Amino acid sequence: MHALLTSLMPLRLAVFIECVIVGVCLLLMYAVIAVVMIFMERKVCAAFQCRLGPVRVGFWGLLQVPADVLKMLTKEIITIRRSDRFLYNLAPYIVILASVLAFACLPVNKGLEVLDFNVGVFFLMAASSIGVVGILLAGWSSNNKYSLIGAMRSGAQMISYELSIGLSILTIIVLTDTMQFSEIVARQADGWFLFKGHVPALVAFVIYLIAGNAEVNRGPFDLPEAESELTAGYHTEYSGMHFGLFYVAEFVNLFIVAGVAATIFLGGWMPLHIAGWEGFNTVMDYIPGFVWFFGKAFFVVGLLMWIKWTFPRLRIDQILTLEWKYLVPIGLANLLLMVIVVVFKLHF
Amino acid sequence: MWKEKRSMNSNLIDKITAWEPRAVWTEGGDGMFTVPADGFHDLAGRLLSEGFDFLRSLTGMDWGEAGFGVVYHLEATATGENVVLRTLTEEREHPVLPSVCDLWKAAELNEREVFDYFGVRFLNHPDMRRLFLRDDWVGYPLRKDYDPAQNPLRMSNEVSKDSSPTYELQSDGSYIRKRNVLFEEDEYVINIGPQHPATHGVLRFRVSLEGEIIKKLDPHCGYIHRGIEKMCEELTYPQTLALTDRLDYLGATQNRHALCMCIEKGLGVEVSERVQYIRTIMDELQRIDSHLLFFACLCMDMGALTAFFYGFRDREKVLDILEQTTGGRLIQTYNTIGGVQADIHPDFVRKTKEFIAYMRPKLREYHEVFTGNVIAQERLKGTGVLTREDAISFGATGGTGRAAGWACDVRKRHPYAVYGKVDFEEVLFTEGDCFARYMVRMKEIEQSMNIIEQLIDNIPEGEYQLKMKPVIRIPEGSYYAAVEGSRGEFGVFLESRGDKSPYRMKFRSTGLPLVACLETIARGTKIADLIAIGGTLDYVVPDIDR
Repeated sequence: MHALLTSLMPLRLAVFIECVIVGVCLLLMYAVIAVVMIFMERKVCAAFQCRLGPVRVGFWGLLQVPADVLKMLTKEIITIRRSDRFLYNLAPYIVILASVLAFACLPVNKGLEVLDFNVGVFFLMAASSIGVVGILLAGWSSNNKYSLIGAMRSGAQMISYELSIGLSILTIIVLTDTMQFSEIVARQADGWFLFKGHVPALVAFVIYLIAGNAEVNRGPFDLPEAESELTAGYHTEYSGMHFGLFYVAEFVNLFIVAGVAATIFLGGWMPLHIAGWEGFNTVMDYIPGFVWFFGKAFFVVGLLMWIKWTFPRLRIDQILTLEWKYLVPIGLANLLLMVIVVVFKLHF
Repeated sequence: MWKEKRSMNSNLIDKITAWEPRAVWTEGGDGMFTVPADGFHDLAGRLLSEGFDFLRSLTGMDWGEAGFGVVYHLEATATGENVVLRTLTEEREHPVLPSVCDLWKAAELNEREVFDYFGVRFLNHPDMRRLFLRDDWVGYPLRKDYDPAQNPLRMSNEVSKDSSPTYELQSDGSYIRKRNVLFEEDEYVINIGPQHPATHGVLRFRVSLEGEIIKKLDPHCGYIHRGIEKMCEELTYPQTLALTDRLDYLGATQNRHALCMCIEKGLGVEVSERVQYIRTIMDELQRIDSHLLFFACLCMDMGALTAFFYGFRDREKVLDILEQTTGGRLIQTYNTIGGVQADIHPDFVRKTKEFIAYMRPKLREYHEVFTGNVIAQERLKGTGVLTREDAISFGATGGTGRAAGWACDVRKRHPYAVYGKVDFEEVLFTEGDCFARYMVRMKEIEQSMNIIEQLIDNIPEGEYQLKMKPVIRIPEGSYYAAVEGSRGEFGVFLESRGDKSPYRMKFRSTGLPLVACLETIARGTKIADLIAIGGTLDYVVPDIDR
């Protein structure tokens, strides 16, 4: 592909065109993942609630979400009076930008990743934390008291839980001594880190799931948009596709959290290998890597949805107590434990 | 049956006449004392210190030539004694009466209601705003000389004021108007409602916040006010029945039961044993229906959306049973004066028994999915405490009162229908917090099922409907009858002048005291707690607004 393009045109133009193609593919995949996630959410929650979920549009309701997307695209974007027009319109794009940047880091298959460099984990965390700026801006610029409370809640919550996510990922970094996603996956060829790092990795995984859930503002941590308290929280005043961007970003962020969990704890696209079982390993290798990746990611998504549709919502002080009094100290101790494990080579 | 229960013991009559020699006892229906306005507050204070701590009902009246007045139904929670008092003023231009809201907190919103309907100003009441109607409403609608043409449909916005007027008596007998500031200029006040997912209807709170913490809360009622009490005055007695179902729509049969009881009491009619059984079973089915909805909505308010569907799934079964016999699901219009609309469906007994067998394990499921959840426990336990004294003073009956340790069940206090014969436990908790209020209702579902089980196989044969004349005239007098509604005491006060329609009909709302006590409970808690408190108080807005 690269050779073909460079033979036809100058190098710079070729690189530019390649970048555009990659970008379009990335956005397409982003959109597809969002649609799949929304459909999954609706079906999963219907199953939990003794309902059927969407069944009318298309076979088994498959066309429901595309239809909703079309509806959302045709809706008017209402700009409200006495809002900060510039920031109000900017906010959803910041949220979606952060989400797409983070999404680009996920290694879907061997060699199939958009951004992969030596501080990939750092980049992912930096990029994903831009999102909170967008949410704060949305709450602030809407000139709505509910939105402002929602934004303040999400500010407090997301910044706090970033810490726990960082600590739990750091625990695994200690084990891998690399921050490059492709390398992290490659080192799990002989066993996933969840099993290799035994106790501290398991603790880190649980902390990561809790904090990740809080990071994407989903139940039981859905305070910023707590429907029964703040009607819709920070995006109360948004309509049409601007609301759609928040909505899509929320679902893809959930996928990103699950995808990162799959990558650093469950081996990413790496098939399940058990040392010594050659036949078994060969069979597993026949299953393509992206199937493994999506399988693992959606498994984690399923876990998070299960939690969301079962638990009631926490209160703001309880959320902060959970983070600062429990998760952070446990995460720090766990990090120390992992260092000990690595230094004394107690891991597999 | 009614006479012996309601007649006041002569001992009390003597006592009251001794305290206030000008008080006059009048027979007629339940009978009541007439106390002159200037001595009323002292007598009321005396009665409160004698143990009459529960203001059951407060009713504004327009007696025409005799003037405006208020009827008070008092009960001593310790002894169960009841007394009915009235006070009145002949002044029609600017009627003024003493406020008793310093004695019973229940009077606070009720006196605002009387002001709203009759224009009677209460001295020393801290907040003499209208309760239901708009501030720019002309005239007072429940006055007999009110002209509706004064109030065309207004298309302008109503601006909420940040202060409220109050009236104080001067030493020379005149009174002055003062201002009470509700919200300061720089307070962060948000509106919760009238359109809000957690107010369960069109109720509006103005909430002053400091961060997430509630500093002050001001309820605004009246968004679905329909003037049902006024409408009743122009309808015949059988016609008024249609309106009670529209009050507390989760207690439709209970409300109508109360009204039928009150009219039957006025007429001196005894309904057949069969009717009593059917009414009791229907009331209890309705209570299960209401409590299941309570569970579902509380879960939804708390963010547990799955449990919400569990509650609705099972409530559907109750509604199916009700529908089969009454033809209605939400609004049953089943009770009539002297009986019920139709005999029970042949499948009723079987289906009800099946439902109870089905429901018992489901309750365990509820406890597994929600009650036992650590987040639910953390959210509910210890939040929104209402003390027993406050519950009584506000008249917050039903599950709210019982969660605070107040045995306020009308089924036990004044047994009606066949509640005197069945064996059931009045569920009492002492904590008074959200969790206690929640548990009271969950346990009451079990008790309701027990009651139904005791009755369902023994429904006696007999008439399901007495022959009644189409035009009913109730002997002159005032009557009060109450049932235990799904969320508290639902009372009907009826004053008859012997006409074919009531002179005044007042419904003691089960929800209004719950809204009144919300400020006390919610002050100092967080927004999320307010939602939990509102959910566990379980008010229904059409019943508050009437």
